[in-house]
Amino acid sequence: MIRAKIGILGTGNIGTDLLMKILNTKSLECTIFAGHNPDSANIKMVSDMGICTSVDGIEALVKYQNSIDIIIDATSAKAHLHHNKMLESLGKYVINLTPTETGKKCVPYINGDECVRCREVNMITCGGQATIPLAYAVLQTGCNVSYIETVSTISAKSAGKATRENIDEFIETTSGAMKMFTGVDKTKSIMIINPNEPPVNMRNTIYFQIDQGDFREICEIVGRTELQVKKYVPGYKIIVEPSFIDNILAITVEVSGNGDFLPEYAGNLDIITCAAIEMAEKYYNNVLIKER
Amino acid sequence: MRQPLIFDSTLRDGSHAVKQNLTEKQIREYCKAIDGCGNYVCIVGHGNGLGASSIQMGLSGLDEIDMLKIAREELKKTSLGAFITVGFGTIKNQIIPAIEAGATIFCVACHCTEADTTKPHISYLVSKGIEVYGVLMMYHMASKERLLDEAKKIESYGAKGVILMDSAGTSTLEKVKDVVGYLSSELNITIGFHSHNNFGMAVALSYVAYQSGADIMDGTLRGFGSGAGNCQLEALVALFEKEGIKSGVNLKKMLEVSEKIVQPMWEYKTPVNDISIVSGYAGVVSTVKHKVLKIAQEYHVSGSDIFLELGKRNVIAGEDDVILEVAEKLKSKMLSH
Repeated sequence: MIRAKIGILGTGNIGTDLLMKILNTKSLECTIFAGHNPDSANIKMVSDMGICTSVDGIEALVKYQNSIDIIIDATSAKAHLHHNKMLESLGKYVINLTPTETGKKCVPYINGDECVRCREVNMITCGGQATIPLAYAVLQTGCNVSYIETVSTISAKSAGKATRENIDEFIETTSGAMKMFTGVDKTKSIMIINPNEPPVNMRNTIYFQIDQGDFREICEIVGRTELQVKKYVPGYKIIVEPSFIDNILAITVEVSGNGDFLPEYAGNLDIITCAAIEMAEKYYNNVLIKER
Repeated sequence: MRQPLIFDSTLRDGSHAVKQNLTEKQIREYCKAIDGCGNYVCIVGHGNGLGASSIQMGLSGLDEIDMLKIAREELKKTSLGAFITVGFGTIKNQIIPAIEAGATIFCVACHCTEADTTKPHISYLVSKGIEVYGVLMMYHMASKERLLDEAKKIESYGAKGVILMDSAGTSTLEKVKDVVGYLSSELNITIGFHSHNNFGMAVALSYVAYQSGADIMDGTLRGFGSGAGNCQLEALVALFEKEGIKSGVNLKKMLEVSEKIVQPMWEYKTPVNDISIVSGYAGVVSTVKHKVLKIAQEYHVSGSDIFLELGKRNVIAGEDDVILEVAEKLKSKMLSH
């Protein structure tokens, strides 16, 4: 069977982790691994593995466009906005991992099937991928939620330069997407960087202000959702089961990474690369195979 | 003799003492009374700063921007300050509205090892011509060398000074002397110190910080603040006066405001009690006290045990969600015995 051909844009840690994950799938292959940094140790390593690499960035994707079905953009917000016009003209399916507003906001568990029909999907933030599925699930029980708050703690070691300089964007993007997916008007997002050694796993706590809720039903759907997300994010684990104090429901979910390229504590990076791979596979199964 | 600058956080850290429920009347009365007393700045808002009103860290009774506006109306001589922790509030949602509400001095805080996260916020404020100070919270968790590296980053972003926060109230006099002395010999910007009273030493710690080179004394009237409370400013000012150090504060007036306005706000028995001593001993951020007590009660476990466990896990400011996890673990451990 012919695999879906992936062009990875961005040769940093995220791009390289994506590549390692692609190597573990049955339906995807990386045809070009392109970035800008000629000194990148990752490019050298990937090239040594016999995979086509380039330091010409987007130009390389243009050159190899005939052997690409899907482009995953793991560059920066600034770079994505800069080359988005060119991506558009290539007419490929784009999975956007940069903290920009372009593309349809996507949480595979919720709207993955629908998102294969767009030109570009936006993977929101790591905190969004971790918390939105559970919030969406709680809302499915029909309870009356007036406010949702999420707190994401990540290890200092997993927070690179871009993360550190974009904390405001993380907060605003996460709370905005939460609002969009749940329909709850009042949302808030908090981010904490924890420097402890050994590094902590990513943890996310979600609080809901609830007027009326069926506790048993909430626990059930939360448990089911955990298993669904776990299918594409193996390290997704609820560590504090839904608990009520007064009218506040709290759930804590931890995400450990798969250790494909990034260390295991970097669950915050793993969850977004896992979500991107899930979308690439969905696109392969729902669109490419049918076209062929 | 260097003049100490008094940063008055009564209506900021003090918010913790009343579970973020300062009233409009209290803010108005306090600001009116303290205005022109000689404090360099009055900082007003949620105890954890702008954007921190949350289930995680306590919901504010008043809107944070309204708090600033109320204070703005009453402060004619003393500057109005705002405090923000990166990760809780943002430039767009909090800093810009706070500037519009009339705050003229900002403190931008982060955990003591993560100063690079403050770059966008400090740079933005500096670009607007606003006086800004970087704040390194939980300073006891890093070495003095690391603190210097972090303080230098804050300096490079254009901040006028850096304030070390002994957020857990776990310092010794020797530690303050060592760290502040080291930083003051290496930095060009002003250094500040913010102490907590878990071991009944907040005033002494601040005084030693001054002697070691810190110029900014951040505290509250009556020690009104989170956990065991803060450095009691009127006591510190009196100590300065006795030693011939001119702080520029009208002590008589400050004592009056403390007695007449702050004392009635704080319905405590003794803030330095068993729980806050354990909290300081464990090195846990002071701000979690009320939440620990509430959850301890809900789960029928000991608040002290929660504090000790939080200490073992090295929780930092804002990680209040860990309390629930710890309480659950303690409870299941109890049940299995």
